[in-house]
Amino acid sequence: MTTTTEIIQAACPECSASVEFTRTPLNGEIARCAACGAELEVTCRSPLRLELAPEVEEDWGE
Amino acid sequence: MRIAMLYTRLRVEERLLLDAFDTAGFCVEPIDTRSIVLDPANPDAWSAYDAVFDRSLSLTASINIGRVLESFGLRVINPTSATEVCSDKLRTTLALERAGVPTPAVRVALDPESALGAVGEIGYPAVVKPTVGSWGRLVARINDRDAAEAIIEHRAALGSAQQGVYYVQEHIDKPGRDLRVFVVNHEPIAAIVRTSEHWVTNTARGAAAANFALSDEVVALAASASRAVGADLVAVDLLECPRRGLLVNELNHSMEFRNSIETTGVDIPGRLVGRVIEIAGSVGTASVGGAS
Repeated sequence: MTTTTEIIQAACPECSASVEFTRTPLNGEIARCAACGAELEVTCRSPLRLELAPEVEEDWGE
Repeated sequence: MRIAMLYTRLRVEERLLLDAFDTAGFCVEPIDTRSIVLDPANPDAWSAYDAVFDRSLSLTASINIGRVLESFGLRVINPTSATEVCSDKLRTTLALERAGVPTPAVRVALDPESALGAVGEIGYPAVVKPTVGSWGRLVARINDRDAAEAIIEHRAALGSAQQGVYYVQEHIDKPGRDLRVFVVNHEPIAAIVRTSEHWVTNTARGAAAANFALSDEVVALAASASRAVGADLVAVDLLECPRRGLLVNELNHSMEFRNSIETTGVDIPGRLVGRVIEIAGSVGTASVGGAS
């Protein structure tokens, strides 16, 4: 994780592009890679780590 | 006063809710349901909270965690009983029917052959849905007997016990749209109209949303539906039936609203959080651990 002028960033695990957060993300937070469109999940805050977000489960919903 | 907010994935909705708590100057602790280990004999780990706001995506997590926390005497929002009713289309139908709230006609069968009979009773076209599911998943419109046989055979082949419940609903020839009403403490606060060329008018399936001015009829019906299921916070989906008027199609206990804030001009997360804080304030800490 690197922090520059309050931008927090980590590499997209799909395409290695930089994914930026304007504030500290929480575990489980969802982001989308602007470069490849992959849906990503924050799995560790320090150091910031992103993984591909899990597919929708059968019992998920609103 | 302390509130925990359960989540599975921290989506835009959950971020907006956390921001709303922050704006209200309120301390809330987000808890990832995947990190939770519960000791049903010991409520101590949860005694610091006055209420738990459930925003889990996973119905299984919501219900199982909710049952344990409520056994500790904690106030869960929505109550697990309401979540159980809203998340199960058959239980929703039962609650609405018992409360006299208009809803599409339904038949339920537990055998493929009986399911064909159920579709025949409802008439073509009919809609077959899983009793548990969201975002329009595995919802099928059946236009004729051939399609009924195919859909029912495929459902049986899925092999899941859950898919063995054939929930057959009257198809409502709606005018290419449905209504979603956001309800807080049985009071409708906003509504959108969802329009699609597809017969499934779900924004998760690409329907477009626009503001819908609440009418007296919509307010009364949505409030009745909310009361019928006992929800603190709920989104009520309404269908406009050419023959029967407005019908309650389903209720959503953990509503999505990211695209409805600007659309309606209503601070939906602020209103949801406001109600959660009200409930937590009315509960206090004395009851934790006091229930059987």
